[in-house]
Amino acid sequence: MTNIAATAAPSPAAAAALPTRLAKRFVDRLVIIVPYLWLLFFFLIPFIIVFKISLSQTAISMPPYTPVLDFRDGVSGFFAGVRELNFDNYTWLTQDALYFNAYVTSLIIAGISTILTLIVGYPIAYGMARAPATIRPTLLMLVILPFWTSFLIRVYAWIGILKPEGLLNQLLLATGLISQPLVILNTYTAIFIGIVYSYLPFMVLPLYSSLEKMDYSLVEAAQDLGCPPTGAFWKITFPLSLPGVVAGCLLVFIPAVGEFVIPDLLGGSQTLMIGKTLWNEFFSNRDWPVSSAVAVILLLVLTVPIMFFQQAQARAQEQGK
Amino acid sequence: MKSLGSIRRDFAPWNDPSAKPYIQFDKVTKKFGDFTAVNNLSLTIFEREFFALLGASGCGKSTLLRMLAGFEEPSAGRILLDGQDLRGIPPYKRPVNMMFQSYALFPHMTVEKNIAFGLKQEGMPGSDIDKRVAEMLKLVKLEQFAKRKPHQLSGGQRQRVALARSVAKRPKVLLLDEPLGALDKKLREETQFELMDLQQELGLTFVVVTHDQEEAMTMADRIAIMDKGEVMQVATPAEIYEAPTSRFVAHFVGNVNMFEGRVAERTADTTRITGATGAQIVVDNGGAATAGSDIVFAIRPEKIKVSSKKPADAVNALEGEVYDVAYLGDMTVYHIKLDDGQMVRASAMNASRVTEDPLTWNDRAWVSFRPDAGVVLTR
Repeated sequence: MTNIAATAAPSPAAAAALPTRLAKRFVDRLVIIVPYLWLLFFFLIPFIIVFKISLSQTAISMPPYTPVLDFRDGVSGFFAGVRELNFDNYTWLTQDALYFNAYVTSLIIAGISTILTLIVGYPIAYGMARAPATIRPTLLMLVILPFWTSFLIRVYAWIGILKPEGLLNQLLLATGLISQPLVILNTYTAIFIGIVYSYLPFMVLPLYSSLEKMDYSLVEAAQDLGCPPTGAFWKITFPLSLPGVVAGCLLVFIPAVGEFVIPDLLGGSQTLMIGKTLWNEFFSNRDWPVSSAVAVILLLVLTVPIMFFQQAQARAQEQGK
Repeated sequence: MKSLGSIRRDFAPWNDPSAKPYIQFDKVTKKFGDFTAVNNLSLTIFEREFFALLGASGCGKSTLLRMLAGFEEPSAGRILLDGQDLRGIPPYKRPVNMMFQSYALFPHMTVEKNIAFGLKQEGMPGSDIDKRVAEMLKLVKLEQFAKRKPHQLSGGQRQRVALARSVAKRPKVLLLDEPLGALDKKLREETQFELMDLQQELGLTFVVVTHDQEEAMTMADRIAIMDKGEVMQVATPAEIYEAPTSRFVAHFVGNVNMFEGRVAERTADTTRITGATGAQIVVDNGGAATAGSDIVFAIRPEKIKVSSKKPADAVNALEGEVYDVAYLGDMTVYHIKLDDGQMVRASAMNASRVTEDPLTWNDRAWVSFRPDAGVVLTR
């Protein structure tokens, strides 16, 4: 009876609670503001600065580019600057085939590396997810363990393994599998090895979390309905782990495109990747505006397709509901 | 032994010595490390039977079902299906299908794709698949939900999809693991009858695992009561209830009063029992009890009559005091504390609106029962 009365007319208690509810909603919003502020200060503002530099010209000065779009001459000066804006650096990027090739090679190398990482990482994640629950935390720990050592040192270590007189060649020569040392270092193969090794945890972790969540009785049900284990994997396990596959691939692909350390240390001088090109422009040529333009284009190349992809995914999810 | 009342269909291959068993567990043992889940168990199930495995959790009933489906191999012993030894046959080649407790519906497929899954594996032509799927959807009354995904369905609808999927291939045997466990009480009762109708209609052999005795009693032709990896008794629901063969079964199914005692005298058709606390009980059916042996006399509450005066013609009548009365509407449950200290539970149907012989707390009362009302248990 009291329930009916309470719903029929707003009770005094509910009315009194309204300001508290508004305050609570404000606090909830506040919590969201923190990460947005973080992104504003450490991503958006630096990006705007980089974009601004990309519109200027190199100069022998400190910093090494001509000032562009600033308020030194007041607001009118700023608008005068806007009218004089030119995208010469971007046109330059289209004129020299070097940049286009570097972008394309980077995307191809990152793509192949991502697929290789997926092929190596999936069985690892699968094995972990199906391991007895008691040893799963240990396995997880082992995947994260390499992070305890510096990334640079780990990539350096690969030079020792891959060089002609390195550990790998010595081992293969000693076992008699090869008679001539393999040339791996300073080739694209070395880059693939380096990227797969370095980014494997970023692939394994999201895959593991999606595989571990999966109800194993689904696989049993598929087998019960006459599907052999390999079929059950491709029809049930793999489709259900796709969110993990996508997350893992993005986490590997995006940093791999701009990767600089691995191609520089393992790929030798003749490999062409956009990260290295950017580094050369910035440190060797001291051409800040062009390297900024390279960075802006790289960001667009990566974010625009991913944004479309995520939008499509969100739409698909919406339809599924 | 007198035949126990049964209202079931005229179907009792287990009483026919010439009937061929369909599923046979032959001295099956299953160990997980040191733990013995199923211990040297033998069991026979007949074609078209609705067979229930009933027991508390951890009694080995699910392991038994999983061995039949092929997800576990027995550590020792054989399982035969229609004369064929199932050892080494993987689950995807066994002519049995299972309905999982969690339903295990494929979340990324629509209802019709879920139902068609097993048929596609069989290599059935597409037009036949469509026909069979439509037929199954009609059977479980989900025609308008064909294009939905499992998460867009209610619990009861999901249960019916799982059922349709598991019978779509027309398996020789359908295994059901707690099929109604996730449904609420009212839906569960309706679905019990639907399952029974479906089994009749399709003429399949059903093996159902459950911990709910009411569910097993309602649906099954025969029930196997399991405890610690062993079968305690296999019998029809009526036999399980009226003629349990052990204290465990008597206790496990329904309510029961147990009198500890010793057989004082044993003749051809009467057994006189002296209760541990002095009560004298005479029964018709002494079972395997021999004179002088320690036994338990078990009697169901509804077989006991409670009255304020000693009934003149009663063979067994014990005096005590009303300790508790619980009025449940359709019946009244009395707890009588006998003068020797034993507590007796008796229930009386409230067949009329006014009780002629009202009893209340602390009244003197007599409990009486017929010589054939209970059973003598030796183990």
